[in-house]
Amino acid sequence: MIEVVELRKRYAPKAPEAVAGISFEARRGEVFGLLGPNGAGKTTTIGALTTRVRPTSGYVAIDGIDVQADPVAVKQRIAVVPQRPNLDRQLKAIENLTFHAAYFGYGRAERRKRALEVMKALGLEGREDEDVNNLSGGMAQRLLIARALMHRPQVLFLDEPTTGLDPQSRLFLWDRIEELREAGTTILLTTHDMVEADRLCDTIAIVDHGTIVALDTPSGLRRLLPGAGGVEVVATGMADAEGALGSFGEVEVAGTADGRRQIRIYGDGVDPAAVVDAVRDSGGEMLELRRLEGSLEDVFVHLTGRDLR
Amino acid sequence: MSLAPEPPRLDVRAATVRSFLALCQRDAFATLRRDPWGFLAQSLIAPLFYLFIFGRVLPEIGAAGPNYGEALLPGVLGLTLVLTALQGVALSLVIEFSFTKEIEDRLLAPIPASLVGVQKMVWAAVRGIIAGLVILPLGELVLPGGLQLSDATWWTFVLLLVAGGFAGASIGLVMGTAVPANKINVVFAVVLTPLLFTGATFYPWQSLDSLRWFQVVTLFNPLTYVSEGMRASLTDAPHLGSGWIVLGLTVSIGVLGTIGVRKFIGRAID
Repeated sequence: MIEVVELRKRYAPKAPEAVAGISFEARRGEVFGLLGPNGAGKTTTIGALTTRVRPTSGYVAIDGIDVQADPVAVKQRIAVVPQRPNLDRQLKAIENLTFHAAYFGYGRAERRKRALEVMKALGLEGREDEDVNNLSGGMAQRLLIARALMHRPQVLFLDEPTTGLDPQSRLFLWDRIEELREAGTTILLTTHDMVEADRLCDTIAIVDHGTIVALDTPSGLRRLLPGAGGVEVVATGMADAEGALGSFGEVEVAGTADGRRQIRIYGDGVDPAAVVDAVRDSGGEMLELRRLEGSLEDVFVHLTGRDLR
Repeated sequence: MSLAPEPPRLDVRAATVRSFLALCQRDAFATLRRDPWGFLAQSLIAPLFYLFIFGRVLPEIGAAGPNYGEALLPGVLGLTLVLTALQGVALSLVIEFSFTKEIEDRLLAPIPASLVGVQKMVWAAVRGIIAGLVILPLGELVLPGGLQLSDATWWTFVLLLVAGGFAGASIGLVMGTAVPANKINVVFAVVLTPLLFTGATFYPWQSLDSLRWFQVVTLFNPLTYVSEGMRASLTDAPHLGSGWIVLGLTVSIGVLGTIGVRKFIGRAID
């Protein structure tokens, strides 16, 4: 349903490539997650798929239609829920939906009926005549999703849909997304929320510096951690972590602050007691010790590093 | 409610036409149903004062000839037409591209991005035409001699209303797409005042014969052709040759409209 082949995008001749050769496919009815740090190229990739970014090279298609060659036919099939609200502020809540449907050729009676249904399904019943400027963040987000559903899109793009929402709104949205998947909508989701990605996505691509560094199911990604039985140690006085702990497996210093070092040891069957001894023997003081459970977050940080973007 | 996706009902061409009309419908609704008085106040306060001060007060105190109002009315009508259309595009584009991002929902409607820009122009031209038409009753109310329309040629007046609306809208499209949001107040101040005073609004172009250099300067302002065209269609006063008016309007709409639509596509698609 979604096809991206060797997508590249450079915004200015001398600028670095925002997207440097991304390829993936999403099947009909699949929830596909794009994960990555800020600036990794997620939004550019969505832009190319939704006709808003012209690729420097590569091929992107929706439902077999080349986005570059026939953007209008693509726009008939997709809907986008943006990161930031872009509601029509001169219109009331329900009018945002009815006019959107009008753009897609829905007749007057039909669009009103559908708008009422969609608002009800998204918990916005009774808010029909609300001024959109007065909606809370969560309600505005639900209205954006309601608007996107008005023309029954085959592919729905959700750009960080739950960022800034309270836990209730988040759970509510997750349920709606699962319903949409069951009804056959293909969904492309970007998020920083690993729990969200883990719960919703059938396939996840982790993107960094404009390329895909991993592409798998959530459980497949968790297996990417070298030695799932590793441990994480926070200790002081560990100047040479590599030398002291190298014998247990692959050592990664994940952070240093205030003389404390956060050290990850990836290896099969690392014995925590032996690690405690080794830290003490090298003159360090152990502050924390935990097993790496192999959460998606661990995978994400392992693959993309800890540097701020 | 069915959440199931549905294949498009219309072919691309039909979808484009429906979208274009629906965008116009949305604009008509937002302007005329939601905020008609705001729209009229925004468009008509300045012309009302021009007509009153220049057309009524100055002749009254002897600072202008008694018939100045006759030369003034077509100019003020042209000015209102052009500026209302210009602001209709420029302001809304700056706000929608930079702050509210409302333009995004339009750009995702099943219609080519270029036509989203053209639609903005069309609606702004309509706004300009509505505001321009209201100038006629205002003139009747405010000017000492009322409206003098015995020499009016109505079909050229209608043509000029449409052309003037598009002339203003094409300037607005260029401004709205070329100027970054943080500079728009500066650009408005720097562009609007010269546009206002070099557009043969407050004086017939021919009367500038003794100020030749300024007469030439005014020819670079599209508003000159609209004001002079209105003078030609509404009065029997001397005016810029009809051929020049047609040429001036065609060139300015053609050139600025083309630049504007290109810039619009550049803003819409990275």
